[in-house]
Amino acid sequence: MALTLCGRARRLVSATSIYNHGCLQRLQQTGSDRFQLGEAKAIRLLPRRTNMVQELGSREEFMQENIDTETSYDFLDEMRQRFLKFKRQKYLPQIEKFQALAIAQSPKVMVIGCADSRVCPSYVLGFQPGEAFTIRNVANLITPIQNGPTETNSALEFAVTTLQVENIIVMGHSNCGGIAALMNHQNHLEQPSSLVERWVMNGKAAKLRTQEVSSHLSFDEQCRNCEKESIKDSVMNLITYPWIRDRVKRGEVKIHGCYYNLSDCSLEKWRLSSDKNSNEFYVSNREIWS
Amino acid sequence: MGSQSYEDAIEALKKLIIEKDDLKTVAAAKVEQLTAELKKVSSLNGKSFDPVERIKEGFVTFKKEKYETNPALYGELAKGQSPKYMVFACSDSRVCPSHVLNFQPGDAFVVRNIANMVPPYDQVKYAGVGAAIEYAVLHLKVENIVIIGHSACGGIKGLMSFALDGNNSTDFIEDWVKICLPAKSKVLAEAESSAFEDQCGRCEREAVNVSLANLLTYPFVREGVVKGTLALKGGYYDFVKGAFELWELQFGLSPIRPI
Repeated sequence: MALTLCGRARRLVSATSIYNHGCLQRLQQTGSDRFQLGEAKAIRLLPRRTNMVQELGSREEFMQENIDTETSYDFLDEMRQRFLKFKRQKYLPQIEKFQALAIAQSPKVMVIGCADSRVCPSYVLGFQPGEAFTIRNVANLITPIQNGPTETNSALEFAVTTLQVENIIVMGHSNCGGIAALMNHQNHLEQPSSLVERWVMNGKAAKLRTQEVSSHLSFDEQCRNCEKESIKDSVMNLITYPWIRDRVKRGEVKIHGCYYNLSDCSLEKWRLSSDKNSNEFYVSNREIWS
Repeated sequence: MGSQSYEDAIEALKKLIIEKDDLKTVAAAKVEQLTAELKKVSSLNGKSFDPVERIKEGFVTFKKEKYETNPALYGELAKGQSPKYMVFACSDSRVCPSHVLNFQPGDAFVVRNIANMVPPYDQVKYAGVGAAIEYAVLHLKVENIVIIGHSACGGIKGLMSFALDGNNSTDFIEDWVKICLPAKSKVLAEAESSAFEDQCGRCEREAVNVSLANLLTYPFVREGVVKGTLALKGGYYDFVKGAFELWELQFGLSPIRPI
């Protein structure tokens, strides 16, 4: 059965289901303005107005045209499901907040976390849209200013000087692949062969300190220690940037370290404090939440 | 407007009321409104933001509502991760992929930097990005790399505003955003007379394309794409309209044909 849609109906082509004889059926697009009723497949109620990409027709038609990219259709579907869930559950119910955020962001916190799929800081620390400016790289490493430009320090500069965040949190975690690669790397004299090793060697000082005191422990336990030592190094490297150091000294920016253990779901956190009289920085206010 | 001191302003108001008695009621209404506004501002400032309390609350909620209600998932995750996606997203506080694309723990290996940029392959400079891509492609064996741009991006606005002629006003920001200079050139060539905001919107999408092309300079990415084990996608999150766009980079070699 062929239907010709015109005008407004055509523009609403993203609504891909219609009720026909009391049951939900999918519309198949057979031409630019022609549709036919197809079999009811996986039935999904899409919102009447969606700005998602236009419906691509039935799966078979799409596969015919795009025989090399078998995964594309599923990928599009999946991303649409994911985005619509966000839109329905978070965006639309808090539309005023999102409209205000669309004008400007003013996060009070910057987080530097690992790219690991299990430790998103928004998820683990509960940050909502607008609350935390987030940098994620392998093993949440921050290099000192003398090492030159990295993608991390340009983001640090933006957050501290332009957005003027008041808190910086460096969040490390257990079972970090980057730290494991650092601890595994054997020959320090040779140039590392892979990009991963070259990058994680920025944590060499933490590795040496760990090996000094815990070489009798198992490899896993040594990695746990190195992960924590590396957070301390990253925090101290933050202070090498003058625009961070000055603000910390003036009390405008506070620096915190965090270690998330994903085996037992515990969070250890501490603060970097500075002595007003001297140039010393030290760890304080250590707490463990579990 | 703010050049007078409080005392001077009050004096000026008093003088005006003496001269024009009928303005008294208008003045009273305005002063009342101002008092109410200032009260609201001062009560908000009273509640100062405590980051430690904030993350404690966030973590405790996460543990109670997510971790403890799904021991099977988190037990598996404690052993290792095998995400299908690698995502490049901007560090902007409003565009976390865990919210916008509802990624759960274990779904996506996420790198976040200014304006979600991918620099071309370099053994020395910006090695952090290369390390992340290498880890994701060779160790985690992700199937898709998705680069997600977004509306009102400060990094892209900087790219469009800065002169980028070598006289840098920042330590690192200008060096970083000039990675996507080809996107700026393209936008200026195509839409020279458009409004600045419109140019930024185009540049946000073009910058994703520049980053996608830069991905192909990494040998392991190129190999994966040619073999068909890796796909490269671009995305754009428009939080002004509440919309999401998706596209892909297709790269491959056709079969060899004798001619």
